Amino acid sequence: MSDTPSVTPDQIPVTVLTGYLGSGKTTLLNRILSEDHGKRYAVIVNEFGEIGIDNDLIVESDEEIYEMNNGCVCCTVRGDLVRVVEGLTRRKGRFDAIIVETTGLADPVPVAQTFFMDEDVRSKTQLDAVIALVDAKHLPLRLKDSREAEDQIAFADVVLLNKTDLVTPDELAAVEATVRAINPYAVIHRTERAGIDLKRVLGQGAFDLKRVLDADPEFLTEAEHVHDETCGPDCGHDHDHGHHHHHGDEHEHSGHDHAGHDHGHHHHGKVAELHDVTVTSVSLRGATLDPKKFFPWIQALTQEQGPNILRLKGIIAFEDDPERYVVQGVHMIVEGDHQRPWRDDEKRESRLVFIGRNLDADELSAEFEACSARQRADA
Amino acid sequence: MPSIASYDFGDFVETAVFLKDQAVFAVADGTVRFPAGGDRTVEAHAGGLLTARLDRYAPRLLTGGEDGRVLAIAADGAVEELASIGRKWIDAVAGGPKNTVGFASGKTAYVRLGAGELKEIRHERTVEDIAFAPKGVRAATAHYDGASMFFPATGAAPAALEWKGAHLGVDFSPDGRFLVTTMQENALHGWRIEDGKHMRMTGYPSKVKDWSWSAKGKFLATSGAPAAILWPFSGKDGPMGKAPLELGTRGDTMVTAVACHPAEDMMAIGYGDGMVLAVRFADAKEALLRRGGASPVRTLAWDAKGERLAFGSEGGEAGIIDIAG
Repeated sequence: MSDTPSVTPDQIPVTVLTGYLGSGKTTLLNRILSEDHGKRYAVIVNEFGEIGIDNDLIVESDEEIYEMNNGCVCCTVRGDLVRVVEGLTRRKGRFDAIIVETTGLADPVPVAQTFFMDEDVRSKTQLDAVIALVDAKHLPLRLKDSREAEDQIAFADVVLLNKTDLVTPDELAAVEATVRAINPYAVIHRTERAGIDLKRVLGQGAFDLKRVLDADPEFLTEAEHVHDETCGPDCGHDHDHGHHHHHGDEHEHSGHDHAGHDHGHHHHGKVAELHDVTVTSVSLRGATLDPKKFFPWIQALTQEQGPNILRLKGIIAFEDDPERYVVQGVHMIVEGDHQRPWRDDEKRESRLVFIGRNLDADELSAEFEACSARQRADA
Repeated sequence: MPSIASYDFGDFVETAVFLKDQAVFAVADGTVRFPAGGDRTVEAHAGGLLTARLDRYAPRLLTGGEDGRVLAIAADGAVEELASIGRKWIDAVAGGPKNTVGFASGKTAYVRLGAGELKEIRHERTVEDIAFAPKGVRAATAHYDGASMFFPATGAAPAALEWKGAHLGVDFSPDGRFLVTTMQENALHGWRIEDGKHMRMTGYPSKVKDWSWSAKGKFLATSGAPAAILWPFSGKDGPMGKAPLELGTRGDTMVTAVACHPAEDMMAIGYGDGMVLAVRFADAKEALLRRGGASPVRTLAWDAKGERLAFGSEGGEAGIIDIAG
């Protein structure tokens, strides 16, 4: 596991925009390119054609997946992004951020991995967030006929549930529950015609664990609240940003039972059980861990089960360590770093979530528990 | 101590070359600079310049840009547009024998034959680079899972040289016996052309981004390590089974640019901290040419006589070092 490199001012933030054909990506891109926000964005697209705006920072690029020659099937990068990002970042101060638009059928994983695995891209950019646009009307159909639509949602940090005006409230609730079933940890915004305040999409710092956790300490708690953006970005309404509410008290342990573990892989509340959904999530909690047990475990786990793990995020409390340790992963890539000292009023507990396929919740829970710093005292 | 004429072009210097004894710098902002004798600037590519290479067969600089144009820039600053393919990035350019010019954009390799006819060679995957063999008009391209060789004038199907992984750069050895690629992995790969025998050149801690053939093609010098790595190519098997030379080893930075002297067995090495050294192959003796700078050295080029060395760096610092002082 490598240490997360510290973000330098020279690193340009990159937002990845995924979503099926017709989900509203082009509408959102046009908004980003035409709104008066005082920022310059370089946009990497698959075809100029869709975008009706002339701008010399729109770059066309053919999706090109390169498997790394290291025997690992999931170690893939987007060769075209390596080349285009290298070209774009040679000149300092030319633009403020990069947006990568992917095709409807694109696998978001190689896109994200490019920003971790290629040393040049990694030194010059910082993956900011993966945004998935979802067509509220057609999602059920998409999930039936493709795995990509599900992958895009599972992998996203932010989901824009778009075209909400084309469905009934009941349909919307069902679609939202489906999204939540695939990815309990993404921030969901409801939109019409991709109308959203760009501040909720760009500059999220979702891959910068330090920043996410500082801004939102309940980050790894399953969210049930959804933002309603249907009134558009220009309305003066006071939007509710109280997302990531702590989800009930299933996870709460008594103050004396610090060694207790709980895996919340079962879905709560408004989460749908659909046979078209193959992605699951596993949420683990425990007390302080022994780094000598945890690191070999997470290394081996991601080596062996990397192909099944789409995303992994966690905050770890290590024994005799005054600082919180944060980890994140994509397939076989895991990174971690110390974040900040634990506060006196914080419960020193470890939390780890996985989103993926064929995850064995009981086994993960048992192995996680085996990383505990202290054996549970016999009653 | 050698003397240095220093310049600051304010932006990433992609390529330094000498055209008829005059140092010329291709800058990523789209300009080509002629700093000596009046400081001329040629506005070459609107949007930006992506690639630039010396034509080994004619005294001209070939450039490609974000504007989809391929240009030839002569020693007097005259600009000739060789091709314009619309709003696509030109990712690589190369000059070949008989006034041939090759370039690549997306999945197409283009070869402009001496008479001006433009051939398009479609590939299955993105064409990352193009190069020409020293004799005849034979081209090679680098792409995912290998390289391809073809005779552009004939239109015959390319011959595939396969090796798993993404190949990003390609060149023939000066004697035309070997084809070598740089890879997305920290490695080079090579093929002996007569029998397709493989040569793996690995062990680099980082990607190889610059290379240079030594006088008479004895060595291929490369960046990507704390030392310049020189693979021996004089034997009939090339570097197979031989250890490379390591020159100019530094403990605290990486080699980022290399240029072998045109006649002597010695080379110039540029580093991540802006330092430039001259190093002799025989005894690894080093001479300091530039103490350091604000950014990594991107490009190095000797003049034809091997008396002056031009350098350019990622932050825009550049210069001409007179070895004799």
